[in-house]
Parts: sequence; structure tokens; C-alpha cells
Amino acid sequence: MTKPYLKSSLAATFLLTFTLNPFNFFAQETNPIQDLGSSVHGNFQIDAQYYNADSLIGAPKVPEKLLSNAFGNINFIKGKFSAGVRYEAYNNVKQGFLPQYKGQGITNRFVRYQDKLFDVTVGNFYEMFGTGLTLRTYYEPGLLYDNSLDGARIISNPYKGITLKGVIGKQRYFFTVGPGIVRGVDGEININELFDSIIGASKTKFIIGGSFVSKYQSGQDPALVLPENVGCYSGRFNIIRDGFNIGAEYAYKINDPSGDNKLSYKYGDALYVTTSYAGDGYSFLFQGKRIDNMSYRSDRAESLQNLLINYLPATTKQHAYTLLALNPYATQLNGEIGFMAEAQYKIKKGTPLGGKYGVEITVNYSQAHGLQQYQVSDSAGARTFYETKWDFKELTGKKHHVDSVLRNGEYTTQDVSFNDNYRYYQDFFIEINKKFNKKVKATFMYSHQFYNRNIIQAGSLNAGYKNLNSDLFLLDITYKYKAGSAIRFETQFLLTPSKDVVTTSNGVGKGNWATGMIEWSINSNFFVAIFDQWNYGNPQTGSASFGDALFSPFRPAAADLRIHYYLLNVGYNSGPHRLALSYGKQSAGIFCVGGVCRNVPASNGLSLSLTSSF
Amino acid sequence: MKKIILLFVIALFASNFVVPGDGDKIPTATIKKLDGSKINANTFSNDGKPMIISFWATWCKPCKKELDAIAEEYETWQKETGVKLIAISIDDIRSSAKVVTDVKTKGWKYEVYLDENQDFKRAMNVNNVPHTFLINGKGEIVWSHNSYTDGDEEKLYENVKKLVKGEALSH
Repeated sequence: MTKPYLKSSLAATFLLTFTLNPFNFFAQETNPIQDLGSSVHGNFQIDAQYYNADSLIGAPKVPEKLLSNAFGNINFIKGKFSAGVRYEAYNNVKQGFLPQYKGQGITNRFVRYQDKLFDVTVGNFYEMFGTGLTLRTYYEPGLLYDNSLDGARIISNPYKGITLKGVIGKQRYFFTVGPGIVRGVDGEININELFDSIIGASKTKFIIGGSFVSKYQSGQDPALVLPENVGCYSGRFNIIRDGFNIGAEYAYKINDPSGDNKLSYKYGDALYVTTSYAGDGYSFLFQGKRIDNMSYRSDRAESLQNLLINYLPATTKQHAYTLLALNPYATQLNGEIGFMAEAQYKIKKGTPLGGKYGVEITVNYSQAHGLQQYQVSDSAGARTFYETKWDFKELTGKKHHVDSVLRNGEYTTQDVSFNDNYRYYQDFFIEINKKFNKKVKATFMYSHQFYNRNIIQAGSLNAGYKNLNSDLFLLDITYKYKAGSAIRFETQFLLTPSKDVVTTSNGVGKGNWATGMIEWSINSNFFVAIFDQWNYGNPQTGSASFGDALFSPFRPAAADLRIHYYLLNVGYNSGPHRLALSYGKQSAGIFCVGGVCRNVPASNGLSLSLTSSF
Repeated sequence: MKKIILLFVIALFASNFVVPGDGDKIPTATIKKLDGSKINANTFSNDGKPMIISFWATWCKPCKKELDAIAEEYETWQKETGVKLIAISIDDIRSSAKVVTDVKTKGWKYEVYLDENQDFKRAMNVNNVPHTFLINGKGEIVWSHNSYTDGDEEKLYENVKKLVKGEALSH
């Protein structure tokens, strides 16, 4: 099936090779590539879990009882050639991942040739144009996120400072590929390198770039004329001088009616701006973005994380601790406006406040709001979608929201100020790190979070959840009692003024939470940890007598939901190998890596994780 | 697809490849310097002295602990052995702007690079961060360690010293 397709992309490869060849003379050997000889390397990971049903915490019954995810990569290098294969096996896929990941097979294979002028890949590859607003293919096994392109890619540096890229292929879709063809070109110019005799020595660096991506999917809708080729293009720049950095990318996508935007024919666009300044011991960072109708997939009917061509990162603080990350933000592909500002300061060593080792302070504020939308229906009343206008009043997030509905060829406008409904997420965050002496160091964190569960989790204003306002505190103390041995204590609190507000994704958790942990690193090979996460503020304190529990096979109506989620972890590390076992209960939550999130259901059982690389 | 696999298998057997293990060169992968220019990881060098390559991310607490701990000793390490630490951030575009602000605020004196789409991470077969590699004076990967526990940096430095003296390394 893929044969004619491969042939055409190979033809394109050769065509490009020959057209670009004249530049060969000018190619600069700025990065001479060493002869790598030959080698074989790889890695693998096995995650298995034994599940007990636990209706109280909302852990579903798992018919297979034991589920496992496993993958292994092998990469082979011989001089300028390299090749690789990845095998994945899901028997069956663990809870919290998409059930279409069922079975096993080769999901990634490629051959690649690299020399100083060309880098050619045939097979699966990962690529990013600019900041990814038009195209990013990416792999994250922890989330089972893999939208690799399966086809061909050429990267060329025909002249100093110039990088050209061309890609074509179909995207991975579980154990097959999606229906749409994705094609794209990207060019980037490092101006200092290009004009090195004039500004090569300048401290100010200029980089500009642009990309064009197009997807093809046949459209056979009986009622609508669907665009079969949908183009998306962007321009970007970066200016860097010493500690100063500014970069921006703007992307525009032509009309792309899809399941995400309810078949709207509106164009899409996105602006992403980052600027920072860093000196010795202090820094400022600002990131802002506005995205409107920018979901871009190689199958217009797809949803979730499937077949996304581009990447729209969340501009909110990325938390790593359990309660702080219990309700994380995820970008709303259809539209949002948001920003993040961060200041960091290190109080110097040897000052009264800084002490012997200095103190690090971080203050961060981030927010995301919905766009002002004008709801529109077509004259037949068959479809309803929305229109937007550029308006930075959106940053205030509330009020001024206007709905205009087209009825019988006329717009009727309706003011529907939803108060907090267009406020999606806010986070004010402080972190203080201090090392007291050679043995003791501590981290303190405070965060105030606003979380709009209707939008972020349910994707609908009317899902019926209350918005969550919470204050979070964390204290993490490490005591290193000898070389390679340490004890770490950690405690976190999530406090919310409203007792019955939902605080976990499956709705079981409500109100306040606390956690406590003791982690003992016996030596650099072994560690043991005990963790308890306690929903002590749950308003359902239970009046269940012994009889209720006995006669009701499901959750008794008045069971005590002030649940302790105990977890025991044991781990062993040696070089590049790591084995971890855990036993106990885990609350439902959302797990995010690199801006992509997945919903993890509550579980009760034993899990094992083995990773290794060679 | 079957043909590609077949080709791959043939390529594997046709070349008299070495046994998987230590002593291989750093693979090729394009990464970004903090000034925005690009470099091939394969060109890392330290004039015949050892190098440490540490994969980290701004959102990874143990990674930052490890690099902080090494930062305190780094001057001594460099004086005694000439070792150089290269820190590879695997932050994607969401957080890669934070790399330079973190590094400058903390005052790390390392060579720092961005691996925004994780090409180098994949080429080095890194599963999770932190992952630390030791490279000998000939540019060969001779040791690696996944995860960080307080005090691991002392073990790492023991191995750097052994490497300089030409002794066998320990895990």
C-alpha cells in the first residue's frame, strides 16, 4: 500500500538532491562530522500493573487483572548510515491510555543518511518547524504520544547559515497510519552566519525562518464541500544578545472544517511570543500566546491527541509535585489567550539572607482565558460554530462576551457575560530553595490556582462542575546523612474554601487534601518510599454502618470518602538500568509531560517498571 | 514495510558490527546552542580530556539537584582532571525558554545545549532524565547512569578520576 507513495517521495528526494547540488561548492565545513565507525545501541522499558477493583476510589474492574505496556528501540550506526526499529507491545494497554493501543508490532523504522550537506531519512521520523505551530512530530512513551511522520525527510545546509527542510508522509495512528498526507517545507537563516564577514562577530544574533505545511485528505461529505488540501504557513524570528532573548512566530491556517471546530469554515491563526533577560543571579521571562481555531490534524474527524500535526504548548507553569500538578492546564486548541511571567533571583552566598550557600527565589504568574466568541449558525440551521475577532480585552477573561446567532439570514446578538466561564486557568506561584549546610536543604512552594474544570476537563461550559480555587503549600526537606545516602521528607496541602468542589478528575476527590512522604535512599542503588495522599476534607464523612457495606455490592451511599491513598515504592538503580515496584492506591489524576496530558484513572494494585538502555 | 525490516536486518548482518556495549562514539544529532546556532553533538570535544554529558529538563527536580551539586565542586573537578560538563536540556518549546534563565540565575558554568525535539535524546537511547554519560579522552562513551540520588555526584567524580588514571570504572 505504501509502495507507490514511497517511490514518489524517493523521487522527490533525488530531485531535490540534484537541484541543490550546485551549492555543494559553497558548503562550509562548520561542523565536520566524525567517522562514527559502527555500533548498535538501544533501550527498552516494561511497565506492568496488577489491578484490584476498588469502587470506593473509583478504580474500575479490569477483566485481564494484569496489563502491560512495553517497548524496545534498536539503533544501528555504520559510518554515515543509521537505521532503527521500535517494537511496542500492549497486552493489553494499561489503564489511562487509549484502548486502540492493543496488540503488538513494529511501530517505527527508518534508515537515514547524513553527511555535511544532506540528512535524508526514509521511514518514521520526528521533526519540528520553528516553535511547532505548523508542524511537530514527537514521541513520548510515558503518554503514548507518537505522531511520527512515516515517509521521507530531507534536511540540507546548502550554504553557511541556511537550513532547508522538506518532509512528506502520513502520521502514525496506533498500529497503522492516518488517512491524510502531510507535506511541508521549512527554511531558516542564521543571519550572522550567512553574512559572517560583516556581522559574524556581532554579539547580537539574528535568526529568521518560515514554513509552509499542507495536508491532503479526500472529502466526501454529502452536504458540505470540504477543502481537501489545507495549508498552514508561518514566519518567525529570534534576536539574541548576551542574556537578552526575544522570539516570535505567527502562523495562519486556511479554513479547515473539522470535528474540533464543529465544521467551521473560519481561518485559524496563532501567535507565540517569548522574551527573556538573564543576568548573573537573576532573570525575567515572559511568554504570551493567542491561538484561534488552530487544531490541525491529518484526519479532520479525529480528536484527543490523535493525528495532530502541530503543537500548541500551554503557557502555564509546569508542576512536578503531586498536588500542585493534580489539576494541570491543557491548551484549548479551538482558542485561548494567555501568558506567563516569571522572575528568578538568587540571593548571593555570604550575605545575611543568603547564608553560606545562597537562596533561590522564583515568582511566577500565568493565566489562560477563552476568546470572545460570536456563535454563528448557517441559514439552514444545520451547523453552529463560532467567529472571533482580535481583541486583547480577552485578557481580562470575563464580561463583554457576545453571542450572535444567525437566524433566517439575520444575526441576532445576545450578551452572555458568563463571569468566570471564560477564565480557564490562573496560577500564582512562589518557590524558595535553600541549602542550610552540607547535609540539609529545603524547598518551599506556594501556589494559588484557579481551574475551570468544565472547559479544561470536559470541554464544555455546561458540564456542571464548579470552578476550583485552591491554595497549595509544599515543603520538601532532604537530609543527606552520608555520601550516597539521604532521607527526604515531603508534605503538601491543597486547601479550597469550598468544601464540596471536585478536586480530582474522576470526581471522587472533593475539598481539601494533604500528602506526606518519606523517601529513603539507602545508597545510590536502592531506595524505599512511603507516600500517603489523604482527602481529609471530603464532605462525605460517612455514616455507613457495617450493614450498609455488607448489603450494598457497590459504593455504599454514605461511605466515608476521606480516603487515604497509601503507596509503597521500592526501586533499584544500577548504571543505565532501573527497576521500580510500587504497591497501593493511586488517586485519579492528570499526568503531563512536555505539554501533553493524559487522564490517569484511580488504581489499586501492584505495579512494576523496568527501564534499561545499552 | 516488511521489505524495510528485511533491508534493515540484512544491513545489520552484512556489516561486521561490534558487540553492543561501551566504547562507541557520540552519535550525530543536531542540537541548539543558547545563541540560537546549531551544532552537531558528534563534534563535542575536550582536548583529549574526559567529558560528562548530562541530560536534564527545567521541570525535573532531581536533574537540577544533580547539576547544583556538581556546580559546587565543578571548579575543583576542572582543576584536578580537566573534565568538562555538557548539559543537554530536553525541554520542549513550552519550557525551553526557561533553560537560559535557570542556568544564568543558578550561575552554572556548564556548556548548555537545547535538544528541543529530543533528537539527541533518542540517539543516545535515554528513557528518562536525569541520565548522565561519561566520555573518555578519545570521545568514546564509557559509562552511563540513570536517575539521581544525593551523593551520586561523588561516585561520578570517582569514575572521572579513574578514567584519567586509566583504571576500570565502577557502577
